[in-house]
Amino acid sequence: MTASPLIALVGNPNAGKSALFNALTGARQKLGNYPGVTVERKSGRISLSDGRPVELVDLPGTYSLTPTSPDEQVTRDVIMGKQEGERLPDALIIVIDAANLENHLRFTLEVLSLGIPAVVALNMVDLAKRDGLELAPEILSKELGIPVLPTVAVRKRGLDALLKALTPVIGAGAIQLRPPAAPDDFAARRAKAHALAHKATLSETPSRRLTHAVDKIALHPVGGPLLLLALLFLMFQAVYAWSEAPIAMIEGWAEMLGDVATAMTSPGYFRSFLVDGIIAGVGSVIVFLPQILILFFFILLLEATGYMTRAAFLMDGLMARVGLSGRAFIPLLSSFACAIPGIMATRSISDPKDRLTTILIAPLMTCAARLPVYAVIIGAFIPARNVGWGVGLQGLVLFSLYIGGIIGAMLVALLLRRTVTKGKSSGFLMEMPKYQWPRWQDIALGLWQRAAIFLKRAGTIIFASTVVLWALLSFPKPPEGSDISPVEYSTAGRIAGGLNVIMEPIGFNRDISLALIPAMAAREVAVAALATTYSIEAGDDEEALEQSLGERLKGDWSLPTALAFLAWFVFAPQCISTIAVTKRETNGWRWPIFMTTYLFVLAYAAAGITYWTAVGFGL
Amino acid sequence: MHLHQLPLGQPAFIDRVEWDSLSLGEGQRLREFGVDEGCSIEPLHRAGLLGRGALACRVGRMTIAMRRSHAQAIHVRMGAERNDNETLEADRVAAE
Repeated sequence: MTASPLIALVGNPNAGKSALFNALTGARQKLGNYPGVTVERKSGRISLSDGRPVELVDLPGTYSLTPTSPDEQVTRDVIMGKQEGERLPDALIIVIDAANLENHLRFTLEVLSLGIPAVVALNMVDLAKRDGLELAPEILSKELGIPVLPTVAVRKRGLDALLKALTPVIGAGAIQLRPPAAPDDFAARRAKAHALAHKATLSETPSRRLTHAVDKIALHPVGGPLLLLALLFLMFQAVYAWSEAPIAMIEGWAEMLGDVATAMTSPGYFRSFLVDGIIAGVGSVIVFLPQILILFFFILLLEATGYMTRAAFLMDGLMARVGLSGRAFIPLLSSFACAIPGIMATRSISDPKDRLTTILIAPLMTCAARLPVYAVIIGAFIPARNVGWGVGLQGLVLFSLYIGGIIGAMLVALLLRRTVTKGKSSGFLMEMPKYQWPRWQDIALGLWQRAAIFLKRAGTIIFASTVVLWALLSFPKPPEGSDISPVEYSTAGRIAGGLNVIMEPIGFNRDISLALIPAMAAREVAVAALATTYSIEAGDDEEALEQSLGERLKGDWSLPTALAFLAWFVFAPQCISTIAVTKRETNGWRWPIFMTTYLFVLAYAAAGITYWTAVGFGL
Repeated sequence: MHLHQLPLGQPAFIDRVEWDSLSLGEGQRLREFGVDEGCSIEPLHRAGLLGRGALACRVGRMTIAMRRSHAQAIHVRMGAERNDNETLEADRVAAE
């Protein structure tokens, strides 16, 4: 089916390209990667007005065809037919922000000079109208010599007309690519774009009144940072407060499933495998899906509304102090959900050293996979007290763990920028888009894609490591009448015993050493591993089986050990996928090895200091 | 006067940009944002209390964020509200 025509969506950043892509394809999207580079390829199948199927691909936004980042390079290469693994598009949909005509027309002129058939989607005409702009698409169409259709992607308006205009364009004949215009044509193109915009604008009043009014508060030198801090705090409180009910529900299901499985099987290896291995292990991780989704919900919301760039603006001063740019704030904030999209998002940073530093500190941002670990330990050891003003102590501890990661990251960045990534400090230049009401369907689609990735991980990596761990924990069995516990006697118990020699000084016990091994696959496996360990250890002891993982931990661990375990996870590089993506993004083993080493050293030191301090205070 | 010395909310014309003091990529990006000699620009917001933070400016119908170091490279002349004919004239001159 590769023979179907290809249509590419191109446009400046903030033209509403992705919203148009979502509106055209709905949930029928395919996410992939371009070979050789790590730029995401988003595509979907749609039907033209005459029923012909075509493939639609959403290209990264760019301001011109002179790329400054790998993302922009892909866009340029695709529409010039030079991108490996991608055929030359049969037609382009050039997406223009109706409220920023002049700038977007300049890029349109540059793209049109290549000679690929195109139609223009004059997008967000409703917002342009709100801002007092009255435009004449027909004049624009006459001047450009191609169809220009007004659209409002988020309201799905104008899509049929767009597809109708596209239909005769596709398959009309072979494409003759023209060489790209020389960069010094820039001024000429700009003058032409200016004249065009002037002609197509019937009336105009001062721009973006709503956005300016909101920015007066959001970018206020004092109010702005306070608002940002409040938003982040709300986000982390919500992760706990909103997730209680759905978590209880999932726990209920897992318990029910365990009971059913127990009733349906006879005692033996198979029951142990099913109940202790699969249900206890995988179940204990899936329980955290609600919290991960709440976190992603906030991040998607901040991105969709246009607030994220304001946050970058506010943070630039602070980031500059540690040698980074405000641009790094967005990948770092994404890393709170997961370091992998975060590290991939650094591709928008054009300065290579700036980018490398951001990649190296991204794993220090507390990702969602640490949440299961934090949640279990905090739930077991930190009392659910109210410390006043409706702030819960558990949420506060969680917040401080996040802050700990951030401070760690800033200090590491400062150090790196003076040593291994030494160089001229990079700049900070970015467009601040207008505020927009988010389209809930887009947020829901984003959440669904994240949930699918998480569940897939739970079903594959976490499932597999749980099974392997169960086997290592279950064999060999201690001889009859022996008073050694089955876990201690097992293969895993012996490996952990060896590792424990290194981990004991920082307050870790054998169970933790045991959990850390499979947690290299994914951090949340630590919880699954602890659950499996205790489930097997409990054996047929009814009373022990009744206890939740939290209760077991509370009985077995001291408070200093629990705190040290939390501190370890603030820094530890425990996720093979992150290391792999770092290798891919930095083109070699040098930086991922460096990253893993420094993070382990930091984790060990942090856990040790926490443990010794807590013991010193008599906790 | 330099852009960073301009009071917030005061529109001005860009007289001269010290392109040489900017990196190639930065110069290109500023041009792509519409910053060029003859255009009007208006500082809107400044991050941080000490005047050292990033600066948000209106250029055309866009709001862009830049650092003080970029603003220092932009020489401005106080003028009236944006005059489209004048800007167009500047574009024509630049085009030639």
